[in-house]
Amino acid sequence: MSLAPASEKPGRSRWAQINPVYFVLLALLVLIVLQNPRFAEPTGYMNFLKRAAPLAILAAGQLYVIVSGGFDLSAGSLITLVVVGSSMLTNNDPNATAWVIAVMYAIGVVVGCVNGLVVTVLRVPSLIATLGMMISLGGLSMMWSGGSPRGYLPDTFRFFGRALIRDVPVIGLLPIAVIVMVVSGLLLWLLMSRTNLGRMIHALGDNPRAAQLAGVPVLPVRLSAFVVSSLSAVTAGILLGGFAGVSTDVGTGYELQAITAAVLGGAQLLGGRGSVPAAIAGALTLQAIFTLLNFMGFPQPLRQVVQGLILIAAVGLAAYRKKQGAG
Amino acid sequence: MQAAPATAPPALQMTGMTKVFPGVRALSNVDLTCHAGEVHVLAGENGAGKSTLIKILSGVYRPDAGKIVVNGQEAVFRHPLEALRAGISVIYQEFSLLPDRTVAQNIFLGREIHRRGRLDHAAMNASARQTLETLGVHGQIAPEALVSDLDVASQQMVEIAKALSLDPQVLVMDEPTAALNPTECAVLFEAVDRLRARGCAIIYITHRMHEVQRLADRVSVLKDGELSAHFDSLPEPSAIVRAMVGRDIDTFFAPRATSDQIGDVLLEVRDGGNARLDAINFTLRRGEVLGFAGIQGAGRAALGMALFGDTPLERGQVILRGQPVRITSTRDAIAAGIGLLPGDRKAEALALEQSVLDNGMLSARALARLLGSHRSNGFTNTGRMSGLLDKMEVRAPDYEVAIGSLSGGNQQKAIVARWLALAPEVLIFIEPTRGIDVNAKAGIYQLMRDLAIGGAGIILISSDLPEVLGCSDRIVVMRDGTVAGEFGPSPSETEVMELATSARHAAA
Amino acid sequence: MSIVIAPLKRMFESRRFERNAAFYLLLLAGLGYVLIAVATGQMQYLTLDNLVSILGRTVALGITAIGQTFAILIASIDLSVASLISAASVLASVVMNGDPGMIVPAILAVAVLGAVVGLINGVLIAYFDVNPLIATLAMSLIIQGILSAFVTNFAGDVPEGFQVFAYGTFAGVPYALILMLLLALGAWFVLRHTRFGANIYSVGGNPAAARSAGIRTSRVIISAHLICSLCAALAGIYLASRLRAGAPWIGADGVYDLESIAVVVIGGTVLSGGRGGIWGTMAGVMIFSLLDSIFNLTGVDAFVKQVLRGVIIVGAVALYSYRSGRIAA
Repeated sequence: MSLAPASEKPGRSRWAQINPVYFVLLALLVLIVLQNPRFAEPTGYMNFLKRAAPLAILAAGQLYVIVSGGFDLSAGSLITLVVVGSSMLTNNDPNATAWVIAVMYAIGVVVGCVNGLVVTVLRVPSLIATLGMMISLGGLSMMWSGGSPRGYLPDTFRFFGRALIRDVPVIGLLPIAVIVMVVSGLLLWLLMSRTNLGRMIHALGDNPRAAQLAGVPVLPVRLSAFVVSSLSAVTAGILLGGFAGVSTDVGTGYELQAITAAVLGGAQLLGGRGSVPAAIAGALTLQAIFTLLNFMGFPQPLRQVVQGLILIAAVGLAAYRKKQGAG
Repeated sequence: MQAAPATAPPALQMTGMTKVFPGVRALSNVDLTCHAGEVHVLAGENGAGKSTLIKILSGVYRPDAGKIVVNGQEAVFRHPLEALRAGISVIYQEFSLLPDRTVAQNIFLGREIHRRGRLDHAAMNASARQTLETLGVHGQIAPEALVSDLDVASQQMVEIAKALSLDPQVLVMDEPTAALNPTECAVLFEAVDRLRARGCAIIYITHRMHEVQRLADRVSVLKDGELSAHFDSLPEPSAIVRAMVGRDIDTFFAPRATSDQIGDVLLEVRDGGNARLDAINFTLRRGEVLGFAGIQGAGRAALGMALFGDTPLERGQVILRGQPVRITSTRDAIAAGIGLLPGDRKAEALALEQSVLDNGMLSARALARLLGSHRSNGFTNTGRMSGLLDKMEVRAPDYEVAIGSLSGGNQQKAIVARWLALAPEVLIFIEPTRGIDVNAKAGIYQLMRDLAIGGAGIILISSDLPEVLGCSDRIVVMRDGTVAGEFGPSPSETEVMELATSARHAAA
Repeated sequence: MSIVIAPLKRMFESRRFERNAAFYLLLLAGLGYVLIAVATGQMQYLTLDNLVSILGRTVALGITAIGQTFAILIASIDLSVASLISAASVLASVVMNGDPGMIVPAILAVAVLGAVVGLINGVLIAYFDVNPLIATLAMSLIIQGILSAFVTNFAGDVPEGFQVFAYGTFAGVPYALILMLLLALGAWFVLRHTRFGANIYSVGGNPAAARSAGIRTSRVIISAHLICSLCAALAGIYLASRLRAGAPWIGADGVYDLESIAVVVIGGTVLSGGRGGIWGTMAGVMIFSLLDSIFNLTGVDAFVKQVLRGVIIVGAVALYSYRSGRIAA
């Protein structure tokens, strides 16, 4: 039995193997530039990337849970908790930033572990488990802030979301948020595609029973997927804390945007397939669509409508293709 | 049995039935004719195309070519409903019952009796009772009972009652005795006789010779999707077997171990038990294939899963290589050198969308840390797995394609490679040739033998009795969750079946 | 200890317990309520009137949950009910706009809205094989998006004549409560005594068996979603009448999507479909309402209440899912 190299597969060109999300993203970016030529300048696209960074990171984290076969709906409310909690803990003290961020990541680990344990040990479907977590974290944010947080985080905290490095050769300026996005994306990509853990998450999402009988340690693997998702939500929260003021709805809706982004990137709901770079591309695509809608004067809430339509279309198309493939 | 008058058209005539699935020609040009008042036995190995033929007949699949004629009228079934309306009723091997509904509700599934839009539960219960009476089981099965509260045999009877209550012209029974003991079988055979006398055309699928002898008016044999033999009267059993297997049994199975190939005791279980099992005692030696026989529900698969730590033994002792071991999880078992190939490949072994390579490496990766070979066995060493897959002769365009696109035999070989990567000493095969074509089967049998010769101990758990008889050096017979007895090489089928069913037989 | 624990454990693991768990829990919640009322000396909360008022607060959730029971029985789920409730409330009150003559057209408009949403959900799931979670979640986004584009606060005006729906009583029992009970009765009849009901259980319990028995499973799925959405629309009308105007946030505020699923599951209807019933759901609704009342009696802070609510919902589902033995994802 000889091994034919992958590139010699008959009837399938190299182009067809590239995830279509990249072409869609490219087309959208061209459209935006046509609408608004200033977008092609560094301030234009860097601002775009900066705005997209939290969603991109969140989508890459959410992808872990999706590939493992679940959903993490608590990510948005965790973002809110991070922003509200950080503002309460720092209490306008610029020196507190470092330990507050450490505390936030610790909270992220706890939230991810609780989600993972409830799903694996109590066998609650992740949709219900993380929705419950979403409600509880929402209540926690309210409790912590007394219901109406106000003001801004200290500048040292807002550094990650707001600061720019100027006079960078070639690209001109570089927001810290973009660096955070690239670094987290790279880490998450490596973890997913270059480690045993990543392959086990895939197998677990594809067929949990088979994975278990092959010796995959189901609890730790699923737990790590939820923890990764929570940690990415904390990261996204830190960036968002730099963008705007403190409120109890900073993170609202982000979990669904992240799922939409992952699905746009070709991730398969209920597990087994997905790619980190494609999920990030999906997030950028979603952000590009929002930007375009904005240029075209659509009211803000209609974003949700578009998002819903994308979700249905992407999932319906995937189901249709699977049916075709199965004959 | 008198045949129907020559002038009447046959109740069912299928000609030139052909069905192709991606990569597999499941049926090619099969003819089957069944007359009213006759039992036509359809025999064949697993994967010979029997169930495909039945699914076409019941409207689940549409044939790629061929014609179905019912009572002289050509019929095309686009939906199961249309087959039902044409008077064709199928009792599938896997139950299609609703466990949380009552017997009567199941019997009337999809065609409930109602009066002015209101269900008539009383009428359905009464009618169900009548149907159960025709089967002679009304004493044991109440129409109001929940199906989940019934044992497997009773559930099978409900399946039959469900098909019967349709008053079908053609009744298809797909291995209906798989879960029944001899007494229950006798009841079933009587029911079949009664239906035949009433003028029902019956297609009866089985590969058990004594059932063929008891029931058949005509016999057709399928092999590799083709009609390999047809008999208009009852043939000699050996003729049927030859047509099923396509060669003499002797060359089909790998040769048994010679006495010098069998080594010392590798695994011993003493008084093992859990919720499903009790008083399990047996030994497994290096170099031998130990077969486990028993009827469905006797606990064979449960024993495999217990040894593998999926539903661990709670009582007794497991001694591996002379050392007592405690196995409480699958990871314990794997670390101790035990591997298992599950019976339901699709549901329990394969991550269908992952590549052949990823599927092969899954266990090595999962155990990498535990076995302390984090890097060498891990992701970085795909070359070693490719080599193993080559050695197993897994046929695939390349090892990066999804394993779901491979044939059953190649999938099974890739799963064997998954275990070989960890070099286990005890390998448990559960139903290793289910859904695998006949030629690939011989390959799997040879593989088990080669592994045994290499010094491993092989446990073969299969509901295919000829397979167990043909492959094993010793045979442990299980019954009601416990070990009923043991045979040396090649006992007769009858001996094994008698032991496998005797206690329940006596009790009944 | 083991003398006490062993029988308890056996009871917990028995199937009979599973079938009646909702009623045991209801008993427990009722007992807890009485004990706390006595312990805190708030005996005024132990009257029949108060029981009626506790029940009265369950109407919106109860009606929604009746619909959700149908969706879950066919092994589907509907996450769009909360948005639909908001949309229905706004549509009803905007169409009425204070004019008693517009009550009937408003109700018709809402019914059409509910039917359209249910139909789309059902068609997406049955014919396009879109995962029900995603189909209804996306539907929720779409409804909420359109709604928020047009209204941001209370909209329209419910004429006094229609507020009777929420506030009127018959022999001390609110009309709305009577309506909910009648609806439950109707749902019970449909599920227990009609072929459609039998088909619902069949499709949820074993879709392959249902199909091979000749049941048109797609139609059953669509009908179940139609019922689910119509119930949510009705709950929206009720809330408009209760608040005297519609608002785009009342559905999300009441967490009707998750809560309706939770009470259905607590009521013993399994998420994998095919098993359960309406009376369990009604018991689940009452359990939630009693818990709420207990929170009120003990004066728990509103935000703490929200945290506990999340925990209780997950705990309730865990009570059943833990015993199922299935691997969840």
